Amino acid sequence: MKKHSLWSFIGILIVSIFLITACSEDSSSSSPDDGSTDSTDSGDKNTLVFGRGADSVQLDPAKVTDGESLYVTNQIYDTLVRYKEKNTEVRPALATEWNVSEDGKTWTFKLREDVTFHDGTDFTAEDVVFNFERWATGGEYAYYGYMFGATEDNPAGIIEKVEATGDYEVTFTLTQPNAPFLYTLAMPPFGIASPEAIEEHGENYFKNPVGTGPFVFEEWVKDDSITLSKNPDYYGEKPKVEEVIFRVIPDNGARFMELQSGSIDVMNGLNPQDIEQVESSDDLQIIRRPSMNVSYMAMNMEKGPLKEKKVRQAINLAIDKKKLITLYEGIGKEAKNPLPPSIWGYNDDIEDYGYDVEEAKRLLAEAGYPDGFQITLDIMSNPRPYMPQPKVTAQVIQQMLGEVGIEVEVIENDWDTHLAKTENGEHEMALMGWIGDNGDPDNFLYVLLDKDNAKKGSAGNYAFYKSDELHDILIEAQTTMDKEKRTELYMEAQEIIHEDAPWVPIAHTTPPLAANKSVTGYQPHPTGSEPFNFLDIK
Amino acid sequence: MLSYIIRRILLLIPVLLGVSLLTFSLLFLIPGDPAQSLLGQKGTEVQLEQLREEMGLDDPFLVQYGRYVGNVVQGDLGESVKSKEEVSVEISTRLPATMELTIFAMTVAIVIGVLAGVIAAVKQYSWFDNLSMTGALFGVSLPIFFLGLMMIWIFSVQLNILPASGRLSNHIELESITNFYLLDSILTGNWAAFKDVFLHLLMPGLALGTIPMAIIARMTRSSMLEVMKQDYIRTANAKGLAKPIVIFRHAIKNAFLPVLTVIGLQFGLLLGGAVLTETIFSWPGIGRYVLNAVLGRDYPVVQSSILIIATIFVIVNLITDILYKYFDPRISYE
Repeated sequence: MKKHSLWSFIGILIVSIFLITACSEDSSSSSPDDGSTDSTDSGDKNTLVFGRGADSVQLDPAKVTDGESLYVTNQIYDTLVRYKEKNTEVRPALATEWNVSEDGKTWTFKLREDVTFHDGTDFTAEDVVFNFERWATGGEYAYYGYMFGATEDNPAGIIEKVEATGDYEVTFTLTQPNAPFLYTLAMPPFGIASPEAIEEHGENYFKNPVGTGPFVFEEWVKDDSITLSKNPDYYGEKPKVEEVIFRVIPDNGARFMELQSGSIDVMNGLNPQDIEQVESSDDLQIIRRPSMNVSYMAMNMEKGPLKEKKVRQAINLAIDKKKLITLYEGIGKEAKNPLPPSIWGYNDDIEDYGYDVEEAKRLLAEAGYPDGFQITLDIMSNPRPYMPQPKVTAQVIQQMLGEVGIEVEVIENDWDTHLAKTENGEHEMALMGWIGDNGDPDNFLYVLLDKDNAKKGSAGNYAFYKSDELHDILIEAQTTMDKEKRTELYMEAQEIIHEDAPWVPIAHTTPPLAANKSVTGYQPHPTGSEPFNFLDIK
Repeated sequence: MLSYIIRRILLLIPVLLGVSLLTFSLLFLIPGDPAQSLLGQKGTEVQLEQLREEMGLDDPFLVQYGRYVGNVVQGDLGESVKSKEEVSVEISTRLPATMELTIFAMTVAIVIGVLAGVIAAVKQYSWFDNLSMTGALFGVSLPIFFLGLMMIWIFSVQLNILPASGRLSNHIELESITNFYLLDSILTGNWAAFKDVFLHLLMPGLALGTIPMAIIARMTRSSMLEVMKQDYIRTANAKGLAKPIVIFRHAIKNAFLPVLTVIGLQFGLLLGGAVLTETIFSWPGIGRYVLNAVLGRDYPVVQSSILIIATIFVIVNLITDILYKYFDPRISYE
């Protein structure tokens, strides 16, 4: 027994000596040879490493709604049409041309004839039909359900049928005219997948994606990295880099340090306080994503004093947005409309309420609340892309409304609970936000403010604002194909919304990315997802 | 002894049942709905209902719990709501990552901690004693977040000698057998990968091991000092035995008992501390996995991971108890 313990001690000693020498040897031997072999990427200049905070959930774009999944699938898949490089206008992709019947119900798309999937199979009209039929069945295709799916008024959903009317021609028959239809088709969730691969991989398709896009899926190490390689047969602009690696680095600070050390080339989720450091650096550049989002305070128009228009206007007047915006640390612009200015149809003639305490008090008195009232404000506990500091924002609002006699009690919940509660209309006032999907004004105004979406349990209209006048305009805009006419209608809609004041619009954010200066051609898209075939590393 | 071990293993069953019931009830009670979480702001009412039904969320508590336990007994840990992947598959890649990190951190902590503690005790009040105990005080008080970021800043950004994140560089291929990368690289004789994995382990391992290292060092020192005062050590010294023999043969073994307790406890705590370390060093382990699952209301993942972590905790405890007997034969488990 005694010998035994001596031996085990000697064992420990040897291991420790090994460990200590291994540490010192490795660090001293690798420092002279410039270190690049150890901690940087493959050393191959043609690999672009993108650092981000979270991993993709699935690589089947139809089944996810999270940005990190769609960001990657946007490289692997192509959609019938794609967004232009800088805005949400659409350009040809898998479809070369299209036309819509006069009643707005029949859409015909001519398809490219020279496209193959990454698994070598040819792309035809039947493949488009296969994909749409797949999405139309089952509740797991969240975006399909949300953009095209069944509602109470329209149990069949928007798309009645999809047919191959030729080897390279697809015809969609809609149940009602839908002007945003084309813009929606450009969304990454509607990427066309190889039917053969879907059949081959069955339930495991989500980790073996096969599309027609500029990059081919290679490997996925969960929580660590996703590797894509260049698709040399891509029909469009061929990728300039051989390989793209998406790496998960959850901590913002650590990710920024990795960028500084050169082991990643681009990162998202930069802390606003690091912007200055990037701008003053010789090696780094800042990239600001145009905003397609809005943060706001919804006022539940079914609750107490908030039923009164004058009260809602008074609340708008009592909030000093200039002060509120400082909480965004330079990554946000003040909002006056529900639409972000990057989207067509934005009404810049609207004059915001401005900050006027006296006027606010006067309106409150007129509405019958000269001494103010008590009210609750529901907020989410975690920052969102459109609201970096929800809690502080709420406290500032609390203090500002206190000035006009409105006593605010702040109720904080985690995001899911916050959503469930507000969708049920249990709140009085609530901090909220929205990130656009397809770049169409309908995706903001109809989804967030139409009476159709003020149903308890699944409301997107958290103000429970029910205006028939607005509803008629929004429906007309939805079913009118003429873009000029639609623009006019949306301009008018924003005036009505401004007057009725269901919200206090707060801000539109421009989320910053940082990149090494050697990265060129990075064109951040307002939708939050851009194809990488335009990127290069000098 | 054998019957004791068997009894302890059988005791696992009620413990794990209790743990599963507790986590299940907690998840059932906290507000928020996994279907809502999955669809987020984009879900329609029709979809929400369909999904709730698919996930069996409308069933009463006991039905849901019964179904869950029934599945687990058959070895089915369920499917992640978010990723649709089998939870057992997801855990089988992430748990080894955390275990590898934790074992590495613990090894470093034990080796350095015990050595420093013993030397500090033998040379009480020497410069080494003062230095190591001051260091230990620092070690206990430094938050992992700060320490981790400082290490990355120094060794990756400034000196560029250690990789800041992940388990393996992207350009290195490693065939995975056990998913313990160090082990896999040895098994396949892939020394380039071994070095790379080792370098990746250094910073997170040290960051994670700092606190237990400091605690072990202090514990060893005080325990050694205690033992050195005992009669039998005085006797051994009086017999004229060489000092190293007195220390290594007689003192350490007895002094190690309380240290072992601390090690057992710390090992369990490290699994918790791994959440922070894994976040800073982008380590694809179970800590981050569970955290994300909790935030995303991925119930099957949370339940099963906690069950597995609890199992490990109990087993580590069992091993500690068995080691007690080895270090102190007077302890009887009958």
